[in-house]
Formats: sequence, structure tokens, C-alpha cells
Amino acid sequence: MNNIILIIQREYLTRVKKKSFIIMTVAGPILTAALFTAPVWFALTENNEVKTVMIYDGTGHYKDAFEDSETLKFKFTDIQNAEERKKTFKSSGCDAMLTISGENNDKFVLYSEKVPDINIKEKLTNKIERFLEAENYKKLGIDKNKIDSAKVSVSLSTKILTSKGEKVGSAELPIAVGFISAFIIYMFIFMYGVQVMKGVIEEKTNRVVEILISSVKPYQLMAGKIAGIAAVALTQFVLWAILTAFITGIAYLYIGPEIIPQGQNLPAGEITTLNPASSLSNITTAILNFDWLNMFLIFLIYFTGGYLLYSSLFAAIGSAADNETDTQQFMLPVTIPLILAIVAAQGIIKNPESASAFWMSIIPFTSPIIMPLRFALGKYETWELVLSVVLLFSTFFAIVWLAAKIYRVGILMYGKKVSYGELLKWLRYK
Amino acid sequence: MYILKAENIVKQFENHTALSEVSIKVEKGTIFGLLGPNGAGKTTFIRIINQITAPDSGSIRLFEEKLKPEHIRNIGYLPEERGLYKKMKTGEQILYFARLKGMKKNEAEKNMNMWLEKFGILSWRNKKLEELSKGMQQKIQFIITVIHKPELLIFDEPFSGFDPVNTDIIKKEILALKENGASVIFSTHNMSSVEEICDNIALINNSKKILDGKVSEIKDSRKNNIYEIIFEGNFNQFSASLTASYEIIEHIRKDGKSKLKIRILNNMSTNDLLSLMLKFGNIVSFRESVPSMHDIFIQTVKQNN
Repeated sequence: MNNIILIIQREYLTRVKKKSFIIMTVAGPILTAALFTAPVWFALTENNEVKTVMIYDGTGHYKDAFEDSETLKFKFTDIQNAEERKKTFKSSGCDAMLTISGENNDKFVLYSEKVPDINIKEKLTNKIERFLEAENYKKLGIDKNKIDSAKVSVSLSTKILTSKGEKVGSAELPIAVGFISAFIIYMFIFMYGVQVMKGVIEEKTNRVVEILISSVKPYQLMAGKIAGIAAVALTQFVLWAILTAFITGIAYLYIGPEIIPQGQNLPAGEITTLNPASSLSNITTAILNFDWLNMFLIFLIYFTGGYLLYSSLFAAIGSAADNETDTQQFMLPVTIPLILAIVAAQGIIKNPESASAFWMSIIPFTSPIIMPLRFALGKYETWELVLSVVLLFSTFFAIVWLAAKIYRVGILMYGKKVSYGELLKWLRYK
Repeated sequence: MYILKAENIVKQFENHTALSEVSIKVEKGTIFGLLGPNGAGKTTFIRIINQITAPDSGSIRLFEEKLKPEHIRNIGYLPEERGLYKKMKTGEQILYFARLKGMKKNEAEKNMNMWLEKFGILSWRNKKLEELSKGMQQKIQFIITVIHKPELLIFDEPFSGFDPVNTDIIKKEILALKENGASVIFSTHNMSSVEEICDNIALINNSKKILDGKVSEIKDSRKNNIYEIIFEGNFNQFSASLTASYEIIEHIRKDGKSKLKIRILNNMSTNDLLSLMLKFGNIVSFRESVPSMHDIFIQTVKQNN
């Protein structure tokens, strides 16, 4: 036991002191915070570059459809010959050229010299649609202003009825929490499972293992390594959570004041229906009302269980290989359930009580990702949760027992290309 | 008293037998040479003593007890495939391995400093292992093997990778450890070092023990009364006067001297030969030709293949 603690200490300290760990710990939250704040920032600072589009209207019908705006200017041409027109466009310095030769969709063609600009395409489509719509209104004798004023916008406030009464709840928050939890678990299993594998291979190629196992039992070495790296993963996770919250908070403090005045600048009539202040406080209460404590517990259980299960498999793979390229053939079957789970998670958000959602939250190789997701959504039965946890941990013990057998033989086996049949033989060794 | 007593050890792998019915005894306080060509089964035997693998059959007694897990704390093992953590600091590394062998931190630190000072590398404590030269890394590995003062030391090819100066230092240290009561198992195919430091040997070939005993006795039993002589004088007259009791095996004439190898037969003594030779000239050198361990090794292995 004492030796396992020594091994855990070494595995933990050498990794936490590494430069790459410190860089990842700082860079991770900055990237995540950027992911949260960048869309807001980009929305606030829109592109002000002026684009010019050359228009050839063969029908003579669309003259009024294209009015210059601040960022989009139009230049009309009446060159009939298509080839000549293209030549003129090329030398004109315009960003794109639109030719209209009829009323049908295939008669609108947008030319450009490089990849078509998505902005120009969208704006032109919009202009043509609006222009044709207005014409239709006129034909049908409808006043467009009346239609505009008849439009309404509604925001439902969502409440959950519990035994203690009703409380404000959000439909979007559980999805976000569930999916983020699932993704974090997926990412950490991958990142740190592979670390376990690399650690095993490193000891093998360094030949340290020979001395190590003349002092400790192979299973102690494996257990110590897995537990030590688990501690590193948890440290990294906690640091990330704290730093991300901190940096995002600061970023919103800088950008935030610019968002709120925009909402207040809306015309008086629209404020009554939108009421941004009340929807904002709804989100806050929904966040406060969410069952964070149990969510966190479930997250920890599956985070740990999933990591332990997969890292013992990764340890066995590492022991059977001499270098990382040798691990490919064994990596694939191990990673497929993981990848399958994270891909399926996106569908399960919409359908958390489907048969596939049920099975994937019970089977131990996918449950660490799917069950927290279903828990966050509140779409699970208690017995399902209990069964899932029990299965996860009993499978972990079985796998660890098997992995230790492979590991014990594998770490002393050099220069041998190992097959699946070989692994089966190792399981039967005394 | 035997520190190790292995009897009829058998270890079978998938397609080959690594050890078949090997029995080896190591006396306390001696240096025991475990010899054999590559792939003979030496490493498997050492791994069995270290309880890294278990034998299929046979019995092993270590420190006069049945083999048990606690024993490995009392063994120091230097594997042939050297290896340490490259990125770990030297001092931390030595302490880590010492503590894995059950040492207290203070004691481990004290012993470590003693050894580092002895090798004059105390200032390298805080350097990463990869910054050290190969010879220095080997010294660190040696320190890790002996730091916990084990009763039994197992060295697998300890001198490979050392220059002659360092080989000498390590040789002296091994002998000093023996003086202090440690027993040593020494696996090698470097025969000159066997002659210098081993008391007993066992030769393993193709998974079987084919020779064992005291080094001096093995060598004596291989002597065949041959003497190497350098002689200055009239060789022809001398050889003409030789009786059937002597056989000249080799004669090389160089710079006016004769280099001879003569076998003495029929209970004649060396003195008889010497007095005979003195009549025909000067004897520059005279010594008994003893087969080297190297020759014995090659001969025995060839006979058994």
C-alpha cells in the first residue's frame, strides 16, 4: 500500500510540474473563454468593408431592387455579349457580378473571381426576395405596413412544478449543462487515458520497468499510475473551471456594458413584448434553481468511473506495445464506443428517453457520457441510474483484473508484435 | 550457509524451455558467477529470484526461507537493460527507488549523499538524468541497486557501458560490498572479470546447467600439465635429450630465443624438466599453462551443443 502511495505521488508531481501541464492549464480556460465571448465580440464589431457588385439586368425589371447601402455599392452594366461582359467585370475591380436573364431561379447567376463571398450572396438574395415580395403584395392589394404592425413576438417563461411548489426552470440550461458535462467527460477520458498509455510505454522503452517491478508488484504499478494521473485530471479540471469562470466573467464585464444599451435603444413598442430585463432575470433564477449539487455528484461519479474503466484498458494496450504506433490496432476498438457515445449524445438531447438512449446509458462503455446527459435533462428513472452506476463500477473491477494480467506480462515483453490471440494467452498465464 | 538454494527449477514458455531442472546454490558472503551465452536462461533465472515471474516447478529458498514477497526488499538488482526516468532529477530518482525498497526518507537521503560523494557526483543531485553522461547514469543506476543495503545483490552485466577507469571503481565497490557481508550473483559473459572476482560459478547453456563449482577448482581440473617456457640456448641438443616423458607441443624460435609449450608425462616433476633444460642454456621464464575461463566457457558450451 505504501508503495502505491509513493507511485501516485511520483506520477502526480512529475506531471503537474511539467511545463506542458502549466501551459494547458492557462491556455485551456483562455480558449474556452474566447469561445464564449468571441461570438459576442464579433457581433459587436461587424465588418465595415465596402463591396461593389456589378449588375447586368437582361430583363430590365430589377432596376429598383438594388439600392446602394453603406457597405454594398452597385454598378450597372448593359453589355449584351456575355464573354465581353465577363472580361469587363474582371478588369473592373468589382467584387462580384450578378447577371439576371429571366424570372426563374437558374437565371440569377453570381460571378466572382475567387471563392464567392457569402455575405454578398446573402444580401443579394435578400434584396431580390424582398423586391419580388413587395411586388406580390402590390399585385394582391395588401398594405405591407399593416402586415408589419400585426407581427408579435412572444417569450414563454418556463416553470417546473415540484413537490415544494413551482420554480422557474429553463429548457435550454439542462441541455447545455448535460452536453458540456458529457463532452468534458469524453475529453478527459481521452486525454488522460492516453496519458496512462504513454506513461506505460515510456517506462517500457526506458527499461525502468525492469527495476520497478523488482521493487513493486505490477498491479501496484498500474494502480498507482492510473490513480496518480486521475488526480492530475481532477486538478486540471478544477483549475480550468475556476479560471474559465474568472476569465469569462472579466471578459463580459468589458463587453457587457455595450450589449445592454443596445437593448434599451429598441423602439418603445417592441420593448413591451420583448422585455429583456425580465427574461434575463428568468435565466438567472433558472440557473439558481438548477440542481447543481446532484449534477456535480453524478458528474464526478461518471467522470471517475469512465476514466478508471478506460484508463485500465489503455494501460493494458500500452503494456502490449513497444511504441505508440504499435498501439493503433488495439486503440480502435477501445475508442469506438467513446466516439459513438459523443456522436449519439447530440441526438439523445432531443430524444432522451429513446431505446438507444436507455441502452447507451446502461452499457458501461458509453454510460459515462450518456447518463450525465440524461440526468441533466431530468429524463431518467432512479433504477436506471442505480443499475448504470453498479454496472459501470463492476465492469471496471472486471476490466482492471483482466488488464492487470495483460499488463503484468506485457511490460516485460520487448520487440514482439502482439496480436489479439497473444493477449488471450497472456490472460491465462500463471 | 546458503543465501540462495534453488532446486530443479523448470520454466517453460510458449515455444521453448527457458530453464530445465536447474539447481544453483549460492554461499553467503561470496560472489557467484552465473555464466552462459545469450538466451541461455540467465535472465529468466534472475527474474524468478526477483519474483517477477514464477517457476513452473522446483523450489527456491532465499535467506534460508521459502521465497516470499518481503524478500525483494532485501535484494538489489541491476538489470542488464539499464533504464531510469530520463526527465526526473537524479536525487529525486534515487530517493524514489530507495523508498520503494522500503527505506525511510531520512535514511535514504543519508545513504544517497554518502554514495554520491564517494563517486564525486554530489553536485549532480538536481540535474535531470538525461543531462548526465552515460557513465554517470550507470553510476546512478549502481547507487540505486545498492542504496538500501541489501543482503543479496544481483548484477546483470554490470560492466557493460563503463570505461576501464569506471569498471575498476565499480569492481572495487562490489568487492567492498562482499567484504561487508553481502552476497553477490553476477551474471556475465565477460570471462576476465569472472576470473578476477568470482568465487563460484555455474554455466548455463540451452536452459541446462552444464558446469558448476569453485573457479579455482574448475581451472585446476582443466590443467593438463603443460608449461610455457622461454628458453635461451641450444634447442636442438635439448630436444634430442628429451625422453618419452615429455612432449613438445609448440616451438617458436624468435630473436634467438625458443618459446616452448611442453607437456610433462609419467609422474615427472617440473624440477626434472628444469634441471634438464639448465644443461643447454638459460631459462628466461617458466610458468604453468592454466586454461582461462574464457577457453573453458567456449569449450564446454561447444561440447554441449
